[in-house]
Amino acid sequence: MIRTENLAKSFTLHNQGSAEIRVISGASFTVAPGECVALVGASGAGKSTLMRMIYGNYLTASGRILVGGVDVASAAPREIILLRRRTLGYVSQFLRVVPRVPTLDVVAEPLLVNDTPHDDALAQAKTLLERLKIPQQLWSLSPTTFSGGEQQRVNIARGFVYPYPALLLDEPTASLDPANRATVLDLITEAKARDAAIIGIFHDDAVRRAVCDRELDVTLFTPEIVA
Amino acid sequence: MTPLLQVENISKYYGRRMGCADVWFDLYPGEVMGIVGESGSGKSTLLNCLAGQLTPDSGAVRFDTRADGLRDTVTMEEPERRMLGRTDWAFVHQNARDGLRMNVSAGGNVGERLMAVNARHYGKIRNAALDWLDRVEISADRIDDRPTAFSGGMQQRLQIARNLVTGPRLVFMDEPTGGLDVSVQARLLDLLRGLVRQMNLSAIIVTHDLAVVRLLADRLMVMKDGRVIETGLTDQVLDDPQHAYTQLLVSSVLQV
Repeated sequence: MIRTENLAKSFTLHNQGSAEIRVISGASFTVAPGECVALVGASGAGKSTLMRMIYGNYLTASGRILVGGVDVASAAPREIILLRRRTLGYVSQFLRVVPRVPTLDVVAEPLLVNDTPHDDALAQAKTLLERLKIPQQLWSLSPTTFSGGEQQRVNIARGFVYPYPALLLDEPTASLDPANRATVLDLITEAKARDAAIIGIFHDDAVRRAVCDRELDVTLFTPEIVA
Repeated sequence: MTPLLQVENISKYYGRRMGCADVWFDLYPGEVMGIVGESGSGKSTLLNCLAGQLTPDSGAVRFDTRADGLRDTVTMEEPERRMLGRTDWAFVHQNARDGLRMNVSAGGNVGERLMAVNARHYGKIRNAALDWLDRVEISADRIDDRPTAFSGGMQQRLQIARNLVTGPRLVFMDEPTGGLDVSVQARLLDLLRGLVRQMNLSAIIVTHDLAVVRLLADRLMVMKDGRVIETGLTDQVLDDPQHAYTQLLVSSVLQV
């Protein structure tokens, strides 16, 4: 479902003495449908960078990233937008929404853009918000004023409401209490059961052991430091 | 898929000074493209060339017309271009006063555009106006008031209603949230996003506000000194800018 071939990435900081920082080289791996792979490696090793490259959020310098047959590294913006709508989900650590839009609509949006009937989409969004214990009186409010943990759960609901065949999870359980963490683990397990290919970053060892089939050490792709 | 708008090598000079030069891009149905850059970077010049309000010195702007497919709007006859301006295109000005008739009622402002495309039945026009005032959250009892009695945010929403009532396919927006309070901006952004989705609009939005493009635009074009220096998916350009100027622009935004 997700396959990368010989990826490389560097950042050039033009306004800081044109420093060039090479962060990834030679990254090749595959993730099969129904498989959950954890990216591991020390902070700064490039886990988030790699994930953002797969999502098309960071440009790839060379190599290919195939997600459901589309090469993210070379696709046009509209192809990536379509891929993100239909195929590739991403639960980031930060919720970014238009102010004033109610939580329920924020969560239902991935279904609505895929032509799910309005009532049906709202019903599914409600079910997920209930499972993630977002109090019902908050559903009609914009999540911009929610606590960090609540925002993260809204983000998770948004990422799991539509059955994406490929999912990227960036620390989905970082600021959650044990009960909600268990719910997120259930959601991940359910996604695997419907054959989603998942790549995740999990700092919590117990979480990682519970849902991941294998680990991928990104330090293998860290370029040699050149002086 | 046929692009809705195909822009080929557009250049515009003011005497010897360059307005914008060598601009190329395709815009597809349903796509929203943002154009950012500082004052004087040529973004408004470009927008006016695309919308037929300025004649470029070179290049072609092909629009996918309903009747004949892709037609170059630069070389098309003036009446035909004006007809597009009243039907398939909409232009939302930064200053609502430039897009509204200030001494005509709110309902009249919306109805006028309908009459320009040959709507004649008064009841139907008034109902369409009421429907649109509601969609832009202006209460029905303000229909007979003139825009001079409206706040800046309301005027801007009225301008949007006036522009969208004829069901255009392409909307040009020049700093649509400029000069508005942040709370009013948020409401307008939310409204625009909803309308773009519901009507499957394509839009080109010129702004210097990076937060606006992040929320509204699928794609981004960065201009400097009249030229396009970087293009891409909006979040990619903002999160992983490649050009020195874009990096400066993104890193200069104050965090709230």
